[in-house]
Amino acid sequence: MKAEEYTERNETIDTWPVHIVTYRIGEKYYCTIDNVDPGARFARAEGGTREDAERTALEKAKKYLGQTRRRTT
Amino acid sequence: MRDKVLVTTEWVADHLTDPKVRIAEVDVDTAAYDQGHVPGAIGWNWTTQLCDTVVRDVIPKNKLEELLGASGVANDSTVVLYGDNNNWFAAWAFWQLKLYGHQDVRIMDGGRKKWLAEGKELSTEAPKPAKTTYRAKDQDESLRAFLPDVMTAVKSKSAALVDVRSPAEFTGEILAPPGLPETCQRGGHIPGAKSMPWAKLANEDGTFKTDAEIKALYDGVGVTGDKPIIAYCRIGERSSHSWFALKYLLGYKDVKNYDGSWTEWGNLVRAQVEKP
Repeated sequence: MKAEEYTERNETIDTWPVHIVTYRIGEKYYCTIDNVDPGARFARAEGGTREDAERTALEKAKKYLGQTRRRTT
Repeated sequence: MRDKVLVTTEWVADHLTDPKVRIAEVDVDTAAYDQGHVPGAIGWNWTTQLCDTVVRDVIPKNKLEELLGASGVANDSTVVLYGDNNNWFAAWAFWQLKLYGHQDVRIMDGGRKKWLAEGKELSTEAPKPAKTTYRAKDQDESLRAFLPDVMTAVKSKSAALVDVRSPAEFTGEILAPPGLPETCQRGGHIPGAKSMPWAKLANEDGTFKTDAEIKALYDGVGVTGDKPIIAYCRIGERSSHSWFALKYLLGYKDVKNYDGSWTEWGNLVRAQVEKP
């Protein structure tokens, strides 16, 4: 058993840069999303297809990012 | 020095059945291990097994002895740690094993990400190692900074403070990494701290940059090892990664990890905060 169809890409969600990693192990696809800086994984999902896993993870990511406020310094 | 504390994914693949080597995965995402892990690797949960679950503290000595004993780690084992997020919590575990005096601890360079990306073998089988009787040393507090140490460093400038969080956390624009809970009352940084985000020390594939590249980064912010260094982040795991690089890759003698970090300082009544 090994990770297959491994992909990585960067996107922006509501001005936040994120890094999306998707791969398949066995019959399941896993998607994890981290904030590019500092690189902390904060949303993950699994699904029967790549699209399912990524859609669910992106929904979670949008929700969590919406809770982060930028402040004036 | 690097050869004694960092191993490649190839080295790990070649030592999967070496009885002297025990491999442990420590992830930020504690569910990742169950997806599939390095064959024979034990999974350690940082939220329950690598801390005191009642008092805010590192794992107590007797609990570490139990954990390592149950994991089949002997005092003379080579322990190889790896994990997600470029080894954040693998470095946290490394720091704690060094706190308790384990001699031979190493990090798999690139961590879980590199192992997966290379399509190396995975297993979902949890290993059942033969138990050992592990004896830890008393905590070596020369590797750890507490609040009074940091206060002294701020007042007397007796140590270089290194803030390894992201630039937006350093300036106070955000209180915590985007997407993670905000767990402090004030944004900014400890007065006098230099910003050197941990992520700058890593390559795209999660491996550490060369010693020369890392040294140049720290030299660029005036952290040269000519005086003690205290690294901090939000809860102490990102700073374990930087502590590892400063102490074991660059070989600076006096480097401490301040695990109280910003969740302590940024919540402290009347503590001075510097912005940006």
